[in-house]
Amino acid sequence: MTTVSNSVEQKKGFGAMLWDWLTTVDHKKIGILYLIGGGFFFVLGGIEAMLIRFQLLIPNNDFVSAGFFNELITMHGTTMIFLAAMPLLFGFMNAIVPLQIGARDVAFPFINSLGFWMFFFGGLFLNLSWFLDAAPDAGWTSYASLSIASAGHGIDFYAIGLQIAGAGTLMAGINFLVTIINMRAPGMTYMRMPLFTWTTFVASALILFAFPPLTVGIFFLTFDRMFGANFFDHTMGGNTIIWEHIFWIFGHPEVYILILPAFGIFSEVFSVFARKRLFGYSAMVFATVLIGFLGFMVWAHHMFTVGLGPTANAIFAVATMAIAVPTGVKIFNWLLTIWGGSIKITTPMLYALGFIPSFVMGGVTGVQQGAAPLDYQLHDSYFIVAHFHYVIVGGVVLAILAATHYWWPKMFGTMLSEKLGKITFWFFFIGFHMTFFLQHFLGLMGMPRRVWTYMDGQGWNLFNLISTIGAVLMAIGVIVLIINVIITTAKNERVGNDPWEDGRTLEWAIPSPPPFYNFAQTPLVRGLDSYWIEKQEGHNGYTAAEPVTDIHMPNGSIIPFFMTLGLFIAGFGAMYRLEHDWGLPVLIFGLAFTFLTMGIRSIKDDLGYYVTKDQIRRMERGRD
Amino acid sequence: MDLNTKFTPQSWPDHPETATMEAKNKFVGFWLFLGGETVLFATLFATYLALKNSVPDGNEFRTETLFELPLVFVMTMLLLTSSLTSVYAMYHMKNYNFKAMQLWLAITGFLGLGFLALEVYEFYHYIHLGFTYGNSAFSSAFYTLVGTHGLHVAIGLVWLTLLILRNAKRGLNLYNATKYYTFSLYWHFIDVVWVFIFTVVYLMGVVG
Ligand code: HEM
Ligand SMILES: [Cu+2]
Repeated sequence: MTTVSNSVEQKKGFGAMLWDWLTTVDHKKIGILYLIGGGFFFVLGGIEAMLIRFQLLIPNNDFVSAGFFNELITMHGTTMIFLAAMPLLFGFMNAIVPLQIGARDVAFPFINSLGFWMFFFGGLFLNLSWFLDAAPDAGWTSYASLSIASAGHGIDFYAIGLQIAGAGTLMAGINFLVTIINMRAPGMTYMRMPLFTWTTFVASALILFAFPPLTVGIFFLTFDRMFGANFFDHTMGGNTIIWEHIFWIFGHPEVYILILPAFGIFSEVFSVFARKRLFGYSAMVFATVLIGFLGFMVWAHHMFTVGLGPTANAIFAVATMAIAVPTGVKIFNWLLTIWGGSIKITTPMLYALGFIPSFVMGGVTGVQQGAAPLDYQLHDSYFIVAHFHYVIVGGVVLAILAATHYWWPKMFGTMLSEKLGKITFWFFFIGFHMTFFLQHFLGLMGMPRRVWTYMDGQGWNLFNLISTIGAVLMAIGVIVLIINVIITTAKNERVGNDPWEDGRTLEWAIPSPPPFYNFAQTPLVRGLDSYWIEKQEGHNGYTAAEPVTDIHMPNGSIIPFFMTLGLFIAGFGAMYRLEHDWGLPVLIFGLAFTFLTMGIRSIKDDLGYYVTKDQIRRMERGRD
Repeated sequence: MDLNTKFTPQSWPDHPETATMEAKNKFVGFWLFLGGETVLFATLFATYLALKNSVPDGNEFRTETLFELPLVFVMTMLLLTSSLTSVYAMYHMKNYNFKAMQLWLAITGFLGLGFLALEVYEFYHYIHLGFTYGNSAFSSAFYTLVGTHGLHVAIGLVWLTLLILRNAKRGLNLYNATKYYTFSLYWHFIDVVWVFIFTVVYLMGVVG
């Protein structure tokens, strides 16, 4: 670390530090905030999952009530998708993508921070439903026929919470897109971008086009429930199927928003620890784009049993199966990357190796469900639960865990324990297959999904028991990870630029963690895996594209926090407007507060500041 | 970036809206944002088409009897003209003629205000007839689609007012040139959406 910033840091008390985190616009710190926020919700969603599994441990159980069970499954799904998986991925995107493309910052630091706070407050709003009223109970899909009829404010918490969090996601998506389009270092052409950057790019494009329908759908739901609209009420001419279409036009791309960055993470991990260039780079890029595109064409495979008719079902069945082709291309490219490589079995690599068979199984069941006639049997059974957990846990969560171990040293400057990391892996991996493998058969034996309990004597007892034991193993794995984080942080053994020693991309060419300006000089990129190229030529670090010059940096700002706070307050007003007098004033106050702080932002010119050449030279010297 | 740099029409760049890195980012980001907005309106249009004239038994409201083209035609003309005046404003922006730009933008704003006033009148009129927001699925879909567009116009007017007032004293620079430019993009976008509303909701509604 530098002498300059050290002396600054030492002077900071707790208040100053808190202020620093509340106002930060540094993409690396926002990345850490996303990890903390996403990690928190991941644990929350995990606890909900454990309660679900304990309820299903034995037949005729009444560990939780039926109503509470519905709340649990709804909040588990919603939390895991919107508040855990996506934010955790955003954490790595924020922390790593600018470094991979040789940028000093993201395109919109202010909006980036706003996006984080909107996610966090949206998630908080949703979860306050546990304490203030009832939690939403219509499933994470919130089908209108259920959600319109649901009593209490649970569904309103869902609608308003997701509206706030979703807006934050959209901002994050646009920010990543522009960052990647505009801020690449000289020489970093599109076809030299690391795969994680590519998948972030495509996933962000999916966010841009998939989230607006969700926004509209949730508005319809809110208006129907709270403002007397009739979109989904068939007695007034409405149509409840409209919700299903809108939800899945968002929902299917959403699953690819999750899995594509996971593919990116594993592409990095495979080539680093096989110490080989990624096999078929351009085919990988093409497959990523193609999957992104096809992702918008298949939403009705979630609605085969609705009765759209044989023509529609046939078209969507074919489109669904077509996605398996680019996905297969990717699987083979990973296998051929490992093939003949000089493999190092590190914790991230273990996750990557475990991912391939797990995800392939999820993909195969996906194609089975994509066959419309067969889906009439599988739909709404535990088979579906098994499928999406194989792709989401076996794909996305394994990727998040791999990335946690892989990029931890870059983000925090210290390595997680490899030993504990491997223990986490084995508990989690074995627990995962134990939990979900048998659920395929439960589904085939007729066990419907989302049931509170089941009767004895149907042959489902043993598999449910094993499934719950598997969930406990996964929980142990996560606890070991948390212990690992605590021990590592306490020990705080500092590491150098390239702690895995085989880093290929630019983030490994700079210190861990990087200085706030990332690159003292803008790097010059001379090919794919640019840091690897430098190392091959005996260089240490990167080739600079320019002499040391003054660096322009954005100012921190508390406004994103306050803008979001306003929306958060307004949300309560909107919800309690009908039964309490204070509702409307609170709604107006919250919105006014948001617009006021936004107005301050637009009226004050915020031009950022400069770090001078001399300061940079001093800080860079202080490092070695 | 230095706000104090004084430009002349000669030294003013050809593309002031993308002359700096920040400007380029805003420019690209705003185009992408409009991409998202397009999907948002597409969803609203699709829903409207699905629920058009879909009312409970005994409900009399139908597009054929409800809409009156003359009023909507005047609204259309106001908004289309305002798009044209915003083009003039951008023409002057590129020539570093601040006063003329502000003037044309003000005219744009007044035309937009006229549009909005007529829309409010139109809604008021329908509600008076009993065609309220909760009257039927058709009414909900109609007000949500057209109202979302109206809200966009209103937001655009607030944005425009702030821009004009905020920069009145300081003139053009490379910091606010992008803000003006993105506003004009937004305004064109709203105009295009209206053209679709005019066609899909009103023209196709009256024809049946
Ligand atoms: C080869 C690729 C895939 C195919 C062909 C496929 C196909 C399907 C089909 C047909 C369904 C609907 C089944 C039903 O409800 O009857 C489904 C459900 C689901 N899939 Fe996939 N899928 C694929 C990959 C993925 C991926 C990568 C993810 C997530 C990362 C995912 C997440 C889900 C989820 C969450 C559901 C259940 C949604 C719900 O009803 O709550 N799928 N999949
Ligand atoms: Cu799907």
